[in-house]
Amino acid sequence: MPLTPEALLSRLQETLGESIVASRIALGELTVEVAAENWLQVARQLRDEPSLAFDTFTDLCGMDYSAYRDGQWEGKRFAVVMHVRSVAKNHLLRVRAFCEDDALPLMASVVDVWPAANWFEREAFDLYGIVFEGHPDLRRILTDYGFIGHPFRKDFPLSGHVEMRYDPELRRVVYQPVSIDPREVTPRIVREENYGGVE
Amino acid sequence: MAEIRNYTLNFGPQHPAAHGVLRLVLEMDGEVIERADPHVGLLHRATEKLAEHKTFLQSVPYMDRLDYVSMMCNEHAYVMAVERLLGIEVPIRAQYIRVMFDELTRLLNHLLWLGTHGLDIGAMTIFLYTFREREDLFDMYEAVSGARMHASYYRPGGVYRDLPERMPQYTPNRFKGEADVKRLNENRQGSLLDFIEDFTDRFPVYVDEYETLLTDNRIWKQRTVDIAVVSPERAKALGLTGPMLRGSGVVWDLRKMRPYEVYDRMDFEIPVGRNGDCYDRYLVRMEEMRQANRIVRQCVDWLRKNPGPVIVDNHKVAPPPRADMKNNMEELIHHFKLFTEGMHVPEGEVYAAVEHPKGEFGIYLVSDGANKPYRMKIRPAGFTHMAATDELVRGHMLADVTAVIGTIDVVFGDIDR
Repeated sequence: MPLTPEALLSRLQETLGESIVASRIALGELTVEVAAENWLQVARQLRDEPSLAFDTFTDLCGMDYSAYRDGQWEGKRFAVVMHVRSVAKNHLLRVRAFCEDDALPLMASVVDVWPAANWFEREAFDLYGIVFEGHPDLRRILTDYGFIGHPFRKDFPLSGHVEMRYDPELRRVVYQPVSIDPREVTPRIVREENYGGVE
Repeated sequence: MAEIRNYTLNFGPQHPAAHGVLRLVLEMDGEVIERADPHVGLLHRATEKLAEHKTFLQSVPYMDRLDYVSMMCNEHAYVMAVERLLGIEVPIRAQYIRVMFDELTRLLNHLLWLGTHGLDIGAMTIFLYTFREREDLFDMYEAVSGARMHASYYRPGGVYRDLPERMPQYTPNRFKGEADVKRLNENRQGSLLDFIEDFTDRFPVYVDEYETLLTDNRIWKQRTVDIAVVSPERAKALGLTGPMLRGSGVVWDLRKMRPYEVYDRMDFEIPVGRNGDCYDRYLVRMEEMRQANRIVRQCVDWLRKNPGPVIVDNHKVAPPPRADMKNNMEELIHHFKLFTEGMHVPEGEVYAAVEHPKGEFGIYLVSDGANKPYRMKIRPAGFTHMAATDELVRGHMLADVTAVIGTIDVVFGDIDR
C-alpha cells in the first residue's frame, strides 16, 4: 500500500527539514515547495535517502504565473514543477520552486540525478525560457529550428508572431508576420468567491 | 591504407520506419552507431497552450489527437484530472465502460505496434493480420461514439452516452454484394456488447496466430533478441514506463499500484520480462493483449447485468438529457451555460495518470478557478522513451535502429504534442 500523503510529508520533513519552504496536501497529493538554491540538493536527497527512494522521474514542467487569477499573482513569475515517483515504495511527490529572477529565470539541472529529466528540461527551456544550469545539452526541442521567443509564456500570443508559406518567386519557404487576428470565442472568466450565493 | 571516416546519417523525417516525423541524426562509425540525436517537435501543435484558451470540455477532442492510436486512454487521463479537481464521483457503469474501452484501446494500440514493428524489421504478413482485427475495434469505437478514431467519448463526469442496443450493420453497395454483407453482419445481429463478447471469444485465437508467425520465428529472434538491452535500474533512471519498464523485469503497473476507476475489481496479471531486450518487450506486449482481453470480458459480463446512469447528474458539469432541455427552462439554462461559458473548476492542481498502452500518460492540470485551465501539462508516455533512444541504439548496427524505434512504440502525436 502506498503511504498516505501525511506520512510521506512527515518523512520528508525528517530528511529535508529546513529546505521545505511550504507544503500542501490536496486531493490526495502532496506538494512541497523548496527554494531554488536548494533544488539540486533536494533532488539528490529525494533519490538517495532510503526511506524516500524516489528512483524514477515522471515529469518536469515550467510554469508562468503572471496571469494567474487575471493578474492578481504577487510573487515570482516563473516556477519549475517536477513530479517524482518511487517505483520501489509507490510514492508520488510534486516539488515546486520559483525562479529568483523574472527576467532571467535560472534553475539547477537535475539531469545528473535523474537522466530522464534531460528532455523535460530542454522542453521547459524551449517553451518558457527557463535556463537550467548544468544541463549538458540545453537546446530547443519542440519548436522550429531558429524559433524566436518562448511560446508558452502568458504574454506570447496564441497565434504567434510569424507564419510560414511557400514563395513561388523565391522558390523557397519564407516567414512573414502572421496574417490572422487573434480571437477569443469564449472569454476567460474567474468567478468571485461565492458568486450568486453558491458555495 | 584507406582513410576511415565517421559518417553522419540523417534518418527521417520522411523515413517510413520513423513512424511519422522523426528526424534522427546518427553518427556512424562504419555501420555502428556512435551517437543518435533525435530531433522531435516536427508535429508540435502546442496542445497545452491551446487548452489554456479553451473551456474544459472543448479540450477533450484535442486529447484524441495526442497519441492518435490510443485515443480513449488520452481522454481518460484528462477527464480524470478534471473530475478530481471538481471532486465528482463518476457513476459506476461509466467506470466500467471506461475500463472496457481503455482495454480495447490497448488492443488497438498494441495491434498497430505489432503490425508496424513487424513491417519495419521484415515480417510483412503480421501487418495484414493485425489490421483485420483493428477493423473490428474501430467498429466498436464507431458504434459508441460515431467516430472511428477521434472519439471524444469520455466526458468529465462519465461518458457521452450509454452503449448502443443495436450494432450497426453493413448494407450492400457496389463494392460489397449480398453474400459478403451477410457474412460480415453475422456477428452484428445483437447489441454492441454481443459484438464485443464475440470479439473476446475470437481474439485469443488471433493472438495465437500472431505468435505462430513471430514468437519462434528465427528471423524475428535474430532481429530482436539482445537488441537494446536495458537493466532495471537504468530503466527506472531513464524514466521508462509501461511495457518498456516491465520488459526489464520491474513490476510496475499503475492499474495495480495506483488503481483508478474499477481496475481494483478486475482479475488480471502483469507480465514482466527478464532480459530487457526487444524480444522481451515483444513478449510482454503480447501477453498484455491477452490480459486486456480478459479485462474486457469481465467488463462485458458486468455491464450486461448492471444498467444505470453513465454520466453524473450534476448539470454544472454534464449536460442535461436532450428531452429535458427541450421542455424545462432550468435545464435549458444549464445546457446553454455549459456549452457557452463552460464549467468552473475550483482552484487547485492535480496530476492524473493512467496506464496508457505505451506507459504512464499523465495530465498535470492547474486551475485558478476560471472556466479554462490555467496550465495543462501533458506527460506523454513516449517522450522519455524517445529520449532514451540515444542510449538504446548506441553500439548497435544501423538496421537495429528500426528495431529500437519499433520497440519503443513511438507515436509522434504525444511526443510532440
